Amino acid sequence: MKSTIELRDVTKNFGQFTAVRDVDLFVDAGEVVCLLGPSGCGKTTTLRMIAGLETPSAGDILFGKSRVNNLTPEQRNVAMVFQFYALYPALSVEENLTFPLFAEHLSKSKRQARVADVAEILQLTDILNRKPSEIAEGEKQRVAVARAIIREPNCFLFDEPLSRLDVELRESMRGQIKEVLQGLSKPTVIVTHDQLEALTMADRITIMRDGLIEQIGTPHEVFTKPVNIFVASFIGTPQMNLLGVELIRCNGNDAEVVLDGNPLKFGVEAIASELSPGEITLGIRPRAFSLQSESGKDAISVTSEIIEPMGAETLVHARTISETEIRVVVPREKKVTSGETLHLRPDPGQTLVFNKHGKAAW
Amino acid sequence: MRWVAAKNRAKEVDRAGWGRTIAAAVVSLIYFFPVLVIIITAFKKHTDALAVPAKLIPDAFDWLVPDYLTFSPTTENFVNVFSRSFSTGAAAQDTGFDLFFFNSIFIAGFSVLLALVIGTIAAFGFSRYPLKGNDTYLFVILTTRMLPAIVVIIPVMLMFRVTGLAGTYTGIILLYTAFNLPFTIWMMKSFFDELSRDVEDAARIDGSSDRRVFFKICMPQVVAGLAATAVFGLILTWNEFLFALLLTGVETRTVPVAMSQTIGGDIGVRWGLLAAIETLFLIPVILVTFFLQNQLLRGVTFGTVKR
Ligand SMILES: Nc1ncnc2c1ncn2[C@@H]1O[C@H](COP(=O)(O)OP(=O)(O)OP(=O)(O)O)[C@@H](O)[C@H]1O
Ligand SMILES: [Mg+2]
Repeated sequence: MKSTIELRDVTKNFGQFTAVRDVDLFVDAGEVVCLLGPSGCGKTTTLRMIAGLETPSAGDILFGKSRVNNLTPEQRNVAMVFQFYALYPALSVEENLTFPLFAEHLSKSKRQARVADVAEILQLTDILNRKPSEIAEGEKQRVAVARAIIREPNCFLFDEPLSRLDVELRESMRGQIKEVLQGLSKPTVIVTHDQLEALTMADRITIMRDGLIEQIGTPHEVFTKPVNIFVASFIGTPQMNLLGVELIRCNGNDAEVVLDGNPLKFGVEAIASELSPGEITLGIRPRAFSLQSESGKDAISVTSEIIEPMGAETLVHARTISETEIRVVVPREKKVTSGETLHLRPDPGQTLVFNKHGKAAW
Repeated sequence: MRWVAAKNRAKEVDRAGWGRTIAAAVVSLIYFFPVLVIIITAFKKHTDALAVPAKLIPDAFDWLVPDYLTFSPTTENFVNVFSRSFSTGAAAQDTGFDLFFFNSIFIAGFSVLLALVIGTIAAFGFSRYPLKGNDTYLFVILTTRMLPAIVVIIPVMLMFRVTGLAGTYTGIILLYTAFNLPFTIWMMKSFFDELSRDVEDAARIDGSSDRRVFFKICMPQVVAGLAATAVFGLILTWNEFLFALLLTGVETRTVPVAMSQTIGGDIGVRWGLLAAIETLFLIPVILVTFFLQNQLLRGVTFGTVKR
């Protein structure tokens, strides 16, 4: 049987409070889906429902074609890595790894072979005899992953597996986990609030807010075609600029708007022409500006305030005449000083248009 | 293990410095002094035991201190604990203290163990499967220990009379178990409350039943708590006097009761004998505490040093 995970209209209430609302999600075999969203949006709750640690208040959870709502965690045969690793404190690393094999009634030599295998993959061979309290954070993380992959579960669930590691370790673990998962054709759900983690590890990203799914798409899709202002500002660093403007007219691919009293023309997707004139929001990524030498047509004039060198590039915080903050990333060679006036021309192909309800027009 | 612990302790001396270490030793000695006097008295003849000022130095040290402060040690008190000899020359008589010591150990050990088993399971239930009004139940459990023993004794005696439990092992063991339960439940619940739930969830996901989670995952994490609870319960039960006096019979008498009954007789209080009984009485508690001390230290500090 092909293993997949499917959530149909899943809702979870805690008393009066709805933590997860009408979630629909399908994760194919071998696919990695990230749940991404701000703190408290219901990511962990969703994961725990898949694992069987919480019962949905409504809706169905399916593994393959069978409904698993009423199965206990032990019956569902899932593997999960917890946010704080949840290693068994009283057991050694080796015993931690063998623990999940208990139910499979393997012979001792087979068990040892399995432990040796995963210990090899995740470089734990030297610390097998230590207790969890005697190993480093990165090693704990690897033990947690090893414990998850030692069986052959129906699916893998990770709850912010890397959030407690330092940047360098996080990068190498990200690679390791990805590599391990590629060898196993199981559906995988990774919870994270680190978008870089989501963008690099996921086949598809699910963005949640207040228990609702805002958008599901490939990393490319959610970055280039966010469905609303929330997703647009949540994905991408530095954050996307959002400018409230007045739409004058929209004609085919050309839109004309007024920003701070200055008319501005730029190209948009044809579908934007359905917008009626009035208040709209423009979304422009900080890297989607080109610097003009002088205030010309279709350029926004801003005054730079704070300069933040980021290595290869420089982030400039600037303000328009009407005090709207604009973040713009310029190449390192371009020396900008505080107080300087810049003329920014939005890249026509990368300007997003949102209607007055915050929904994208593309 | 022990050796490593000793080495660590040596390091702690370095850290605290000798000044503080000696100060601590002096304070400990002051605390320990009454016990020390009892142990010394256990080795004195009757006349030495009554001497004022007290003779605290064995006569092996008489080159160091004046004669009137020394006594010549004897073990006759310890012999007398178990068999009573008569100055008239009649045959020595068995005092029955071997039975009383057995009773004390059996009754205290059994009831503490029973309270530990029942209390731990109950505590896990209160911690993991809370009832409606959980806190009320916990409070009610504790109220049984809020009254002075002297108030509780009358209804308990009546109950024992009716049920025929007076004077039996079953009776006194059940009673002590009931006494130890509230404390055991509260202690163990606080230890279970401290454990990470994620760890238990992980074990469930790894295919464990609730029972396996309890035995394989939770219990090993509260060993220190078990040890601390056991020692506290043991000390309370071991020293209990009032209920033992009124509810045990000749066959089930415990040492504290028997000890009190040696007071009196032809030559007044036999201090040497009394001290010898007390000294013997101390040994089991000291042994238990000694063997559990590593666990105990972690247990009595609760969560403060864990993690
Ligand atoms: N057992 C519970 N009882 C009541 N409310 C709960 C319970 N578990 C979670 N919640 C609430 O549900 C909401 C979602 O929680 P959840 O843990 O799923 O958030 P999250 O997205 O994982 O957040 P984070 O990124 O901080 O881990 C939160 O507001 C939380 O307070
Ligand atoms: Mg969470």
